[in-house]
Amino acid sequence: MIAEGVENEEKWLAAGIAGLQQNAFYMHRALDSNNLRDALKYSAQMLSELRTSKLSPHKYYELYMRAFDELRKLEMFFKEEARRGCSIIDLYELVQHAGNILPRLYLLCTVGSVYIKSKEAPAKDVLKDLVEMCRGIQHPVRGLFLRSYLSQVSRDKLPDIGSEYEGDADTVVDAVEFVLQNFTEMNKLWVRMQHQGPAREKEKREKERSELRDLVGKNLHVLSQIEGVDLDMYKDTVLPRVVNCKDEIAQFYLMDCIIQVFPDEYHLQTLEILLGACPQLQPSVDIKTVLSRLMERLSNYAASSAEVLPEFLQVEAFSKLNNAIGKSRGFYDALSLRLSLLKCCFPVKSFPYPNLYKFQVIEAQVDMPIFGAVTLYSSLLTFTLHVHPDRLDYADQVLGACVKKLSSKGKLDDSKATKQIVALLSAPLEKYNDIVTALKLSNYPRVMEYLDLETNKIMATVIIQSIMKNNTHISTADKVEALFELMTGLIKDLDGAEEEVDEDDFKDEQNSVARLIQMLYNDDQEQMFQIICTVKKHIMTGGPRRLPFTVPPLVFSSLKLVRRLQGSQDQEENPFADESSTSPKKIFQLLNQTIEALLIVPAPELALRLYLQCAEAANDCDLEPVAYEFFTQAYILYEEEVSDSKAQVTALHLIIGTLQRMHVFGVENRDTLTHKATGYSAKLLKKPDQCRAVYSCAHLFWVDDQDNMKDGERVLICLKRALRIANAAQQMSNAARGNTGSVSLFVEILNKYLYFYEKGNPQITVAAIQSLIELITTEMQSDNSASDPGADAFLASTLRYLQFQKQKGGAIGEKYEAIKV
Amino acid sequence: MVLVLALGDLHIPHRAPDLPAKFKSMLVPGKIQHIICTGNLSIKEVHDYLRTLCPDLHISRGEYDEDARYPETKTLTIGQFKLGLCHGHQVVPWGDLDSLAMLQRQLDVDILVTGHTHQFTAYKHEGGVVINPGSATGAYSNITYDVNPSFVLMDIDGLRVVVYVYELIDGEVKVDKIDFKKTTAPTHSAH
Repeated sequence: MIAEGVENEEKWLAAGIAGLQQNAFYMHRALDSNNLRDALKYSAQMLSELRTSKLSPHKYYELYMRAFDELRKLEMFFKEEARRGCSIIDLYELVQHAGNILPRLYLLCTVGSVYIKSKEAPAKDVLKDLVEMCRGIQHPVRGLFLRSYLSQVSRDKLPDIGSEYEGDADTVVDAVEFVLQNFTEMNKLWVRMQHQGPAREKEKREKERSELRDLVGKNLHVLSQIEGVDLDMYKDTVLPRVVNCKDEIAQFYLMDCIIQVFPDEYHLQTLEILLGACPQLQPSVDIKTVLSRLMERLSNYAASSAEVLPEFLQVEAFSKLNNAIGKSRGFYDALSLRLSLLKCCFPVKSFPYPNLYKFQVIEAQVDMPIFGAVTLYSSLLTFTLHVHPDRLDYADQVLGACVKKLSSKGKLDDSKATKQIVALLSAPLEKYNDIVTALKLSNYPRVMEYLDLETNKIMATVIIQSIMKNNTHISTADKVEALFELMTGLIKDLDGAEEEVDEDDFKDEQNSVARLIQMLYNDDQEQMFQIICTVKKHIMTGGPRRLPFTVPPLVFSSLKLVRRLQGSQDQEENPFADESSTSPKKIFQLLNQTIEALLIVPAPELALRLYLQCAEAANDCDLEPVAYEFFTQAYILYEEEVSDSKAQVTALHLIIGTLQRMHVFGVENRDTLTHKATGYSAKLLKKPDQCRAVYSCAHLFWVDDQDNMKDGERVLICLKRALRIANAAQQMSNAARGNTGSVSLFVEILNKYLYFYEKGNPQITVAAIQSLIELITTEMQSDNSASDPGADAFLASTLRYLQFQKQKGGAIGEKYEAIKV
Repeated sequence: MVLVLALGDLHIPHRAPDLPAKFKSMLVPGKIQHIICTGNLSIKEVHDYLRTLCPDLHISRGEYDEDARYPETKTLTIGQFKLGLCHGHQVVPWGDLDSLAMLQRQLDVDILVTGHTHQFTAYKHEGGVVINPGSATGAYSNITYDVNPSFVLMDIDGLRVVVYVYELIDGEVKVDKIDFKKTTAPTHSAH
């Protein structure tokens, strides 16, 4: 049935357009032949199509637009006629002979516009005549469009200040009066719409009404464009007439329209009237939206320039605004009581505290959903931040009021409301670009407490992003403490919150915490140590899942501090240093505990790496026992916890690499550690890995810039051992695969021989090198060896290197000259 | 002309929160043809970021990398040059040029790119180049004190490669340039 209705409407529209076009055609012909009488006749017939009441506003608009275009042509013709000497007054009379009222009034408006332009009569009189005559149409849709037409053709002919139509008798007052009258009439028609037709179509009518609202609102737009409407006129004439309407849709829309089209400073100066209208608003009007928009506009205005701020203070924008919100629902008496009570708690000084009023509103609207309340707080906070950026206490009070409201509700589970809370809490971050400022708001963390875990995490992430984006340095332990309290949801498992979290999301969250730890910094070493202790305290509560993410950044942050302490200690012996002051030793103790926590995870490979990092840092601080302890820990982990063969290889590379760099150890300790390391090397699972680890160990006995660490014999022992393993590898390959495998390992060892030969190790002889080269070449030619282009290229480039060194001349060249290839 | 970005040892988020903003604004998608990364990114997010700069991404494995699938070493050919990639913690003593030169011979490459020391270096060595792009975030290192963030851009054109080093010193980006010509083109033709 609905489909049928739509179909019928299409038909009617098509018929209307056809009729209109046909008459327009005859009208054009008449216009071309300057036949005024026929032109009027056909134009009247054409306009008769607009008399239909079968079309919905939407379709009617289509028809109206076509008629509108045709009327432009007619208006041109009238102008021509007037120029040719035809009396415009006669014309004005003539069109009134049209039989039907609607075509008659359209024609009258058209001629009227030419009439004003001709200035044969004062604009004021013509306009008044037209706006009165239009009363003849009382059908809402037809009337609205007719008046909209009037507004359209007259808008450039108003006797505005500075306009050519302004005269002694015509003033801007007349212009405003005209527009307002037209507006009032249109508004009446618009309001009346809802009372027409059967009750069951109410919903449809309401929809149609809102489609037509722009026609009404256009008048307000015209008003805002009139130069002569200054603040006084707006305040005394325009605003009272607009807010005086009692209809629900109209109230909401017109308030909104007023707020959008007139300048902010007008709103500021007329807050009283504007807000005074609020108590009269119908109960179902969405006052929250209207007020939120107003506050949004005003706060943007405040943000636009600091110069306007005194204006805000002068008119007491705050108190007015909030007062009015408070009155917007009936419970006024109860409110005053509540207000006096609150005033006792927060003594009002020179300026009213926003939350008093705010509290009052939201308290009053008992049935207001939490979403609405939070939205209002959010708007108010934005407003406060813009108007009083220097008054953190105001912002804090808004948050405080919000906490009170929330406290009656428990944890939020309304997703719309939590979204608003995130907006509320993000506002101070955006305003100050600085979490440090937000941390000063004592109620900030209290609001966060009402967030559910998910939202707490979102908010915590927003905070971290703000810190990252603005490069905020959190520089004291207190602030760190406060910050971590805020982000509890990310830092530890909350009681009873055993929920499934997506693995990737969890990783992202924890990585952002890790990044945050990097942002905590203070130039003062003592304070930095306090920060580290605070962070440690918090992350230790994180449990096994979080520790692998949070421990490494803390370790490296601490090692950075060690480096700084080390630097300052080198330069000056601090005579005031006492037991309590920060020292590398103390940090290393803390690090030991921190890394130990990884064992319960368990994350042995990560812990091993971190122990080695600490060992090397302790080495640089000349703390032999500490370094030894860290090494021991790393070794224990290697022996007991690292079982994967690939992980063992990497771990061993790191052990050997680190040990090679250690200079703090005495002979005994060093021997123990190197002995162990070579032992581990020979026990790796795969022979090639064994071989490589063992020849790497050769470097443990030969450190270039340290003469006491040049033990040529043990280097040779390692290399020979590597050779034996390479041989064994070959035999195993032979047994298992039927060929001796690659000679690559031998070439690698050859390179190591050359390395130590070049470094001047007397144990490495030319003979040994030559026999190794021979061995490799024989192996390669043997049918038994697997072809390996990589190994061939390796040998070739090694031999090329020999040549290269020979050509160098000097001591090196001489050395290499001895090797005959 | 081919532009190759070489970088490594970002250690995000273990040792640095992010790449320096100045570097981020210089590194824009669409200009670079290849990225070679020595490793220690350390997380997937960084991997994804690099991929947005250029999809042709080659990474070798650092000891802190979350992704265990990166290879220990990798070789690739760009134009006339053969490049080798390795993080470098496997080569003892760390950062030692002669030991790295052995790896260069082993991989049989013209240009060897390694990391681990967080110290930018570029050596011409036996007719090849050994480059360490340093740490792109200036991450803490036991090996190098006072690490400046740095990365390397290689402009490979025929037999010539120009190595640009971008280093962030006291908030200012300093650029240095090293020219390198491959002397004997057919070094690898024998194989």
